[in-house]
Amino acid sequence: MTVDQASPVFRARSISKVYRMGEVDVTALRGVDLDLYAGELAVFLGASGSGKSTLLNILGGLDVPSGGKVYYREREITGADESERTGFRRKSVGFVFQFYNLIPSLTALENVELVTEIAGEPMPAEEALRLVGLESRMHHFPAQMSGGEQQRVAIARAIAKRPEVLLCDEPTGALDYATGKRVLEVIEKVNSTLGTTTAVITHNAAIADMADRVIRLRSGEIIDVYANPTKKRPDELSW
Amino acid sequence: MTILNRKVFRELARMRGQVIAITLVMACGIMLYVSSRHTYISLLKSQESYYATYRFADVFAGMKRAPASTAEEIARIPGVSRVRTRIVMDVNLDVPGLDEPATGRLVSMPERRRQVLNDVAIQRGRYPAIGRPEEVIISEAFAVANGLVPDDWIGAVINGRQKALRVVGIGLSPEYVYEVQGTGSIFPDNLRFGVIWMARDALGAAFDMEGGFNDLSVALSSEARERDVIDRMDLVLEPYGSTGAYGRDGQISHRFLMDEIIGLSVSSNFTPAVFLGIAALLLHIVFSRMVRAQRDQIAIMKAFGYNNLTIGWHYLKFAFLAISGGTLLGIVGGFLIGRPLTALYQDYYRFPDLVYELNFEVIALAAIISVSAAFLGTLHALRSAMSLPPAEAMRPDAPAHFRPLSMERLGVHQMLSPVWRMIFRNMERKPVKTLLSAFGIAMAVAILVMGRFTFDSIEYLIDYQFRTVQRDDAAVVFAGPRPARARFELSHLPGVVRSEPYRAVPVRLRSGHRMKQTAINGLDPAGELRQLIDRDGQTQSMPPEGVVLTRTLADLLAVREGDMVAVEVLEGSRMQGRLPVSLLVDELIGISAYMDNRALNRFLGEGSTISGAYLSVDPLRADALYATLKETPAVAGVAVREAVIRGFEDSIAESTSATTFTLTVFACIIACGMVYNGARIALEERNREMASLRVLGFTEREISVVLLGEQAIVTLLAIPIGFLIGWGLCYLAVNATAQELYRMPLVITGKTYAFAFLVVSAAAVVSAYAVHRQLRHLDMIGVLKIQE
Repeated sequence: MTVDQASPVFRARSISKVYRMGEVDVTALRGVDLDLYAGELAVFLGASGSGKSTLLNILGGLDVPSGGKVYYREREITGADESERTGFRRKSVGFVFQFYNLIPSLTALENVELVTEIAGEPMPAEEALRLVGLESRMHHFPAQMSGGEQQRVAIARAIAKRPEVLLCDEPTGALDYATGKRVLEVIEKVNSTLGTTTAVITHNAAIADMADRVIRLRSGEIIDVYANPTKKRPDELSW
Repeated sequence: MTILNRKVFRELARMRGQVIAITLVMACGIMLYVSSRHTYISLLKSQESYYATYRFADVFAGMKRAPASTAEEIARIPGVSRVRTRIVMDVNLDVPGLDEPATGRLVSMPERRRQVLNDVAIQRGRYPAIGRPEEVIISEAFAVANGLVPDDWIGAVINGRQKALRVVGIGLSPEYVYEVQGTGSIFPDNLRFGVIWMARDALGAAFDMEGGFNDLSVALSSEARERDVIDRMDLVLEPYGSTGAYGRDGQISHRFLMDEIIGLSVSSNFTPAVFLGIAALLLHIVFSRMVRAQRDQIAIMKAFGYNNLTIGWHYLKFAFLAISGGTLLGIVGGFLIGRPLTALYQDYYRFPDLVYELNFEVIALAAIISVSAAFLGTLHALRSAMSLPPAEAMRPDAPAHFRPLSMERLGVHQMLSPVWRMIFRNMERKPVKTLLSAFGIAMAVAILVMGRFTFDSIEYLIDYQFRTVQRDDAAVVFAGPRPARARFELSHLPGVVRSEPYRAVPVRLRSGHRMKQTAINGLDPAGELRQLIDRDGQTQSMPPEGVVLTRTLADLLAVREGDMVAVEVLEGSRMQGRLPVSLLVDELIGISAYMDNRALNRFLGEGSTISGAYLSVDPLRADALYATLKETPAVAGVAVREAVIRGFEDSIAESTSATTFTLTVFACIIACGMVYNGARIALEERNREMASLRVLGFTEREISVVLLGEQAIVTLLAIPIGFLIGWGLCYLAVNATAQELYRMPLVITGKTYAFAFLVVSAAAVVSAYAVHRQLRHLDMIGVLKIQE
């Protein structure tokens, strides 16, 4: 996959984030600068508490930074109000979380339809499920599926609206080795076939080998950014 | 404070919205219980002390005229402890400022004040002075209605002569706690009917009753048997034209008061029970949820060695604290609002002193009831908390299990958006919870229906009785039976459009061992001013032979059409005979009997005789007519229909409005409590879903549909159920109060249903809005980090 260096999808400048936890201020991000480019698969690597989830949440419009600016294309999203951010998430961003966050009362297909209903030009929900290899499990409820299957439904739900970016927060964190790899394959497939800009957060260094670019964080700062010329397929990864 | 107690207080503070809802519903129930119970006890005690202090008699009898010596004969009857003879006469009054004629009941009092049966409690002014025949005491309700005070004068037609009477006192009597004239007019019309107590000598001279009397009151000794005394009295009094002795049961004021007190006793238990049931339901919903959410905490406590009893007691403390505020509020508020509620009864039932005091038994019972409701409401939650094995509780609650349900089998889901599928599946997965919530709201609807039903019923009763059955504008009662030609004299009076004579005769009807005292009204079969209406609302013509009974009277005598009843006439010839029951009619007031007036005259063996006439009056000339009737000596009384209706509506409107208002407020509290709690719990249980939807780009408005859609459906489901329950409650209320004197018809108008619908919908919208506001504080990020 060639990366178009000239057109960053996200531009983050001097992002800082301070949480107030009870009576203590916790600094999650300290002046982070970052660009994410169209079509690339970026892996954010860091230990727990390094600030990688906070960064992802700010990029996705779930959270607002304490300082600094974030641009999505040419638009500044840090100045947007809640309803504009909701519209941004609705139109442009697909999220995948560690704990899937499926709606238990809806089947796999319906969980995807939930999103395609409110999206502008979605793909058919069935197609999204086919893409993640779940065409035979469409009418199952979450409680009837394994963790890996549930995570793939979550990915299908995230991509069905054809988002420009797919943000995955520890997508394999709750899964075993084999299932985790299967989920990474799906993410890689989405990135390569649909060209969706993809960011994957993980504390698992082995996963960095499937990235176009690796961004390492520690204590709220980016300590290293490097391109990965020897990109591996997920089935070649091992940890 | 122990750690666990601190936990209780902190968590109660966190759940304050729900605790407030429980507190208010509890407070309503306890307040209703405490206030209505206090009112009940207050009326009962006031009655008891009133009857004792002013010596209310046990047996009563009226007659034409008996010599004074008869009293000694009566006093010798075993069981009779005291006897009082009186002269009692109804006369036409001329009250200043009142256009229509009023009726005064003149009651004789001893010249010199002494303690007599049925004594007068003087509220203002004084007792008439000796040698002042014009001085009188008038009844309080009549005085208040007409603005009369001591030193005012009223005119009375006494034995054909106009006399001026000077008011010197305003009084009350245990005989007239409920001040009505008697059969036929059972609603108080204080403007046009009053009791006037005057010196016996003056009254005796005016009515030629010197050395005699026409009214007898008797007090019984404690071992006396009332029935035996009545039979013996009837034997003694028969030659003097007695209309038959009767006990307190037949005394109209006592009957009304007792019916009211018994009704209050029933409703003081019934309505609060409904509220407390709802409070228990709310507790059940809230605490089941709480224990479910605190599974892990329960597991940790158990792992650390807390035993089941400690844990059970811990959660029971939540419930007790949650209800304690409501109970306290209810007890204090109930005692405080009980006093004005009791005072409302003063409009109908007049006591010299209303005894209203704190009753500790009621307070203790209120506390026991609320603790029981708390225990009952939390029983399920306690059991599940105590039976939870620690290891299992440490694991998260199994993920919500959804299977294809009836919606899928029916294929309905195809037509629904995913959001509505979520809503329906959630409801279907927990049918018991859904039904319980619906039931709670349905009860609020039912209470509203019941509260406003009284208006409907009374409106219908008035319309049916006074516009369909009785179509006369005025009913004239003669001082005694008159020849039929008197009717023509009436029809020539100014303003009389139509006049129809009637013959009313007091009788005792018997069938087997059943007996009822009433009057047979002989009507003109060609008449239009009195209608005989059957069960289906059809007008029936008067059968030429036999007697027509109202259905209630027929039921009391256990007779049907075609059966024979024994008739004992209680005036004049005092003849006895048998008559076939020719027709049953339906009336809402009284236990009347009717006959063709010619057949009645034949049965009585008399010529054409009439007791009065029903009049149709030209409204423009009504004033002139009433002025003339006021001065006509032969006329003992005039009942003006519209005046009777107006008086009744005025007096009943106040108390009914107060009750309806109270019930409306309480029903709103229930509806808000149920909807708010339902939505709050849904929010807590599903905040993860809500947050996920927000992350996916759903707006606040869109996710509130998911949350509140369920409450909306539950509310809509509850409303028709509430209508049904409300109908059922009204049915029970109607049957509990079915009385000989009047019967509340089971009529609920569309207006009442619409009212209940609107009030409950509004309450639901308000509480939904309160929960909707909390969606703003949804922690999207925090929620997604946590494993389900």
